Amino acid sequence: MKLDCKHVWEHISEYIDNTVDAKLRREIELHLEHCEICSAILDSTRNILILTGDGRTFELPVGYSKRLHERLKEEMERSEPEPPVGKPK
Amino acid sequence: MQTTGTNEAGLIARILAGEKELFHDLIRPYERMVYLTLFSIIKNETDAEDGAQEAIINAYRHLASFRGDAKFSTWLTTIAINEGRKRLRKAKGAAEDSIEEEKEAHEGDYTPAPLTDWREIPLEALERKELREALRIAVMELPDIYRQVFTLRDLEELNIEETAQALGINPGAVKVRLHRARMMLQKRLVPFLKTTAPARQGFFGRAL
Repeated sequence: MKLDCKHVWEHISEYIDNTVDAKLRREIELHLEHCEICSAILDSTRNILILTGDGRTFELPVGYSKRLHERLKEEMERSEPEPPVGKPK
Repeated sequence: MQTTGTNEAGLIARILAGEKELFHDLIRPYERMVYLTLFSIIKNETDAEDGAQEAIINAYRHLASFRGDAKFSTWLTTIAINEGRKRLRKAKGAAEDSIEEEKEAHEGDYTPAPLTDWREIPLEALERKELREALRIAVMELPDIYRQVFTLRDLEELNIEETAQALGINPGAVKVRLHRARMMLQKRLVPFLKTTAPARQGFFGRAL
């Protein structure tokens, strides 16, 4: 079976995640070899994922970690974790 | 991965046996994840930070109920999601209880955008602050159910099963939502890449 572009697009996400079966994977790759449009879509999607994984894209508020651990420290001074059920501490 | 799990199990046992300060070390690798999970639900920095603190304190208090049949990260993510949903419900008013019922639409355009001049986009484009900003905004503007799956899968790198477990949906729904989220983002960002990229050498590496 020869895949058209629309079919390739439907499976792009699974293709990236490597969750398509071997047969479909081969068909997609065959298609990509001669289709610049689909190759570009695949590459641009991959690049968006790379950008998403870049720690600079989604940053934490400044001082987040410090405030968190201060709050945790206060909590620890006040309380213990609840003991496991049915087990003596 | 095995090492992380073993270390974690050891840390948890010691915390529960009384060395509670070790909880700081246990939680450190996941602080970012907890915040981003909260942010993906409530979309406000201050509230997300408050919620993240609350979720982590909850995890501390209820650490004994972590059974080790799930990964610690999944357990923690579930607590973070519950905290986020609780806050969202409170903010929206108790009457509106439809957040978890939201389903993906069957109709809709989730096709990617073709970019014919993709070879002209230089590698440096990915280094642009503006592009990161555009991605942040595009993710913020995704419909909630898509943003949450995208955050857990592509930002926090949970696998499909873990994402399904944390959100209480089936793995098939995770795949559908993730695909749509990625295609919507691709569509949103392609014009941006095109208009800001100066014509230079090709960059998209084709890993086939």
